[in-house]
Amino acid sequence: MSLSTADLLRVACLARLKIADHEVDTYAAQLSGILTHFSLIGEVNTDAIIPLAHAIETIGQLREDVVSEDVDRDQLQAGAPLVEDGYFLVPRVIE
Amino acid sequence: MMNPDYPQTLAAQSVALTEGQFSSVELTQHYLERINRLDAQFNSFITVCPDFAIAQAAEADRRRAAGENGPLLGIPYANKDIFCTKGIKTTCASRMLAEWQAPYDATVVERLHAAGMVMLGKTNMDEFAMGSSNETSWFGPARNPWDTNRVPGGSSGGSAAAVAARLAPVATGTDTGGSIRQPAALCGVTGLKPTYGRVSRWGMIAFASSLDQGGPMGLSAEDVALMLNAMTGADRRDATSIERAPEDFMADLNKPLTGLKVGVPTEFMDAGLSPAIRACVDFAAATLKQLGATIKEVSLPNAGVAVPAYYVVASAEASSNLSRYDGVRFGHRCENPVDLADLYSRSRGEGFGDEVKRRILVGTYVLSAGYYDAWYRKAQQLRRLIQQDYVAAFIDVDLLLGPTTPNTAFALGENIADPLTMYLSDIYTTGVNLAGLPGLSMPGGFVDGLPVGLQLIGNYFDERRVLQVAHQFQQHTDWHCRVPVAAE
Repeated sequence: MSLSTADLLRVACLARLKIADHEVDTYAAQLSGILTHFSLIGEVNTDAIIPLAHAIETIGQLREDVVSEDVDRDQLQAGAPLVEDGYFLVPRVIE
Repeated sequence: MMNPDYPQTLAAQSVALTEGQFSSVELTQHYLERINRLDAQFNSFITVCPDFAIAQAAEADRRRAAGENGPLLGIPYANKDIFCTKGIKTTCASRMLAEWQAPYDATVVERLHAAGMVMLGKTNMDEFAMGSSNETSWFGPARNPWDTNRVPGGSSGGSAAAVAARLAPVATGTDTGGSIRQPAALCGVTGLKPTYGRVSRWGMIAFASSLDQGGPMGLSAEDVALMLNAMTGADRRDATSIERAPEDFMADLNKPLTGLKVGVPTEFMDAGLSPAIRACVDFAAATLKQLGATIKEVSLPNAGVAVPAYYVVASAEASSNLSRYDGVRFGHRCENPVDLADLYSRSRGEGFGDEVKRRILVGTYVLSAGYYDAWYRKAQQLRRLIQQDYVAAFIDVDLLLGPTTPNTAFALGENIADPLTMYLSDIYTTGVNLAGLPGLSMPGGFVDGLPVGLQLIGNYFDERRVLQVAHQFQQHTDWHCRVPVAAE
């Protein structure tokens, strides 16, 4: 199980995660080692086994669809890096 | 020197507060003084909040003066920095959230504070709870009070170190793949990961949502039970929290173990386990037998793939959960982004540390087109097999006993450059999270001056029995009472 530099950069792009140029080879090598070990899971026969997403499968509670609490926008935005007039600011998307 | 005026356990402090031997303000000042004097060598706290704590303690004293009483009223605690706290920074030990303040309290925090507990501060941890050594913290590693050149374990390493060093009587932790039990083992304290769904995850910063569970850490099973009583219960803000009749986790502590059937998984006792720790497990089994239990070997045939199955599932969920850190709504934002894609990727690249990046990359990879079936779906199938192994074992026995970790605390720096070796140290803990079962670690001996952790794994919602067995064991052993020299 070997992950090439190109594979690594493709995954990093999917994850929107900047990997510094000088670290790309290190991450690719580490991930290759990790995935090589993890490929052990391929050796177990799981034919007809239904995947388990959640250990307690009965959960998932419903409640009445009513307003439960007030949201204070100013307070929620207090931790945002850049806001103006109640909006989050990002670089221009449409010219 | 430990001040002899203040008993160390929550249970004893609770009695003393009720009898008026000292006030909560005095007890809180005692711990704040210890933190101030001793924590430079352990780095177990990211934030200490003396003013907040003294105000809470004064309020607890007022409530007591007004006639209120309760086992947690006025008791100080250390809070893992993954639980949101209004007015006090919540960093998750990440640069991403280094200055962030939550706009609300986590449900666990609300409940502990309603019961009258006093928050001394927020404890160090692995960044976003990803790690087994506390070395991935943006704020530097916490250190093991038994040997400060060694790791306290992780991810709840600061909580375990703070309790072991008597900088707090109890602490909160969270456990996704062993993050309460492993540091409890390496620091010689008692920690419980409850059944998935027992404790609300609302306001507990998400790592892997189908595995994350909060729980208490303390010096004894009794203290852990007292704290658990206040932490559990359904919460409409967490749809995975479970509605059950209220339970008193203290109820069975003093019942004898006569007739108890204990299973020891053979896969946990094989060549990967240090012989000295195996001897501690054997000794514990013999002790439980003397107390009336019967011991038998059981098998968990898929235990050997628990670590890879866990890391595939946990990393996949993490890569999804951590997509919320985008440099827009909260947290770190890079300077001068040229466009939106640059804003996202550089903010995340700068805000996350190496281990978090590795997990996001692994998770993104196993969920990506063409790889999903071979990795993520396969790991979920193994998750069912692993769960079925535990369910089958509990047909024959009431409880499982084994080691928490294959070795005692390792040296700082020993494993940090080799992520895979670090992952493999979670071999005995991860299956419990995949299956959603309750698991506890408690002190079971010492090897070369370092604590050994014993793991008790219970059936679903059987925390009372787990705590009963731990308490009975602690009535007949004294490893949980030992104090590291550095804490004296």
